[in-house]
Amino acid sequence: MSIAHAVRSLFAGNLEKIRDINRKYATPRISMSLPVRLALLALRVYLLVLVGLLAYKFIITLSR
Amino acid sequence: MNFITKCYYLFRRVWKSVSLYFMLAGPGLVVMIADNDAGGITTYAATGAKYGYHLIWFLLILIPVAYYVQEMTVRLGAVTKRGHAEAIFDGFGSFWGWFSLLDLMLVDWLTLVTEFIGMTAAMRIFGVPEWLTVLAVCLLMGFMVLNGRYWTWEKIALGFCLLNLIYIPAAFLVHPPIGQILADGVIPNFPGGFNGEMFFFLMANIGTTIAPWMLFFQQSSVVDKGMREKDIPWGRFDTWTGAIITVVVAVFIVVLTGTILHGVDIDDAAQASVLVMQTNKYAGAMMAIGLFDAGLLGAICISLASSWAFGEIFGWAHSLNTKIKEAPWFYVSYFFTLVSAGLVVLIPGAPLVLITLFVQVVAVTLLPAALVFLILLLNDRETMGEYCNTRTQNVIGGVIIGTIIVLSTCYGISALFPALFA
Repeated sequence: MSIAHAVRSLFAGNLEKIRDINRKYATPRISMSLPVRLALLALRVYLLVLVGLLAYKFIITLSR
Repeated sequence: MNFITKCYYLFRRVWKSVSLYFMLAGPGLVVMIADNDAGGITTYAATGAKYGYHLIWFLLILIPVAYYVQEMTVRLGAVTKRGHAEAIFDGFGSFWGWFSLLDLMLVDWLTLVTEFIGMTAAMRIFGVPEWLTVLAVCLLMGFMVLNGRYWTWEKIALGFCLLNLIYIPAAFLVHPPIGQILADGVIPNFPGGFNGEMFFFLMANIGTTIAPWMLFFQQSSVVDKGMREKDIPWGRFDTWTGAIITVVVAVFIVVLTGTILHGVDIDDAAQASVLVMQTNKYAGAMMAIGLFDAGLLGAICISLASSWAFGEIFGWAHSLNTKIKEAPWFYVSYFFTLVSAGLVVLIPGAPLVLITLFVQVVAVTLLPAALVFLILLLNDRETMGEYCNTRTQNVIGGVIIGTIIVLSTCYGISALFPALFA
């Protein structure tokens, strides 16, 4: 078996594993009541803002 | 005779309890004391140098803060028998699961680099070249995980935790004025007023007390140790003990630099050690040894946190109780993380300061997510049963976590834009 073939098999195997994991955890077990939904929505907004700040800083630093 | 018999049986009961505690002690002690990692030592050293003894009261407040957050991971691990990463995947789906897992990997790897930075800087003081420090640490950590079971690893880690107490005798060597420490440090006060710099130091101390990897590590450690619901009280005691010891060590570091280096600007703990050596060579040497130990403890725990998390999700065997043949990917990911982080430090001109800065900010992205998920998981009555959070625990936990989220975020922003808080 060539090295390229071995690497391709390794990646293919892991990609399939990742798909399995996504299928296994497709449906969240915890029921999404209103407080839970609000908490997760706030978290997504928070992360978007923080990542945006990080990207802004990165661009500013690069342009100097 | 009756009195002697009573004493004997009392002694046996106490000894049995102590023996049981030592069997169960570990996750809480190790995670809390490892929290005093290289970055933490630098923070405390800088705090003492900047403000003397005036912020000791703030460190003492962090004892219950650290306990309340970490205790929740003990309950979650003992009841669900799952690590934090798997709990997030299961509870909240694959999007949040992958986010948490990948962010944890990145934070852990970057933090591991900073631990190597601390260890190599400490050993450089004694004339040991960086490559030798990295090699010795990798070999030591390899020995720890390959040569035994979780029990063996834990007891060796506890030995290094004991070495972390070296700051206590070091502080006494510089003859700190006890009266002044009590006068300045016990009553809440803000020397110089509550300005941007003070805010930065408070946030840095909080940020170093609760780190994302600690949540993942302690929960996985509780699972790997095989703790059950009936062991939760001992897990709580273990966590309290760890929280107290870690803050006591932090206080003594502040006392050490507050006595010798008050008014001096400190960039890192290695620099502080060299400066302390000029006044008292033994205290300085102990500080350098403590810095190395802190970096090593941090590295020991952080590298495991990532491997455990990956193993949980990918379904690999992921226990220190398994041999390499039984859990190859677990050990491969462990050594890959460890060696790659160590090699970064050896790259000539590597942006180590930038990496240290980046760690702080990336950790902030994971900390709120991990804390929010922790509270939500602990409120899942279906899974947690009688060990679900009570209303009081939710209120206390919610206030602590909300405050940590706000202050950690401000810390992350201040790290990115220092002028904002100048």
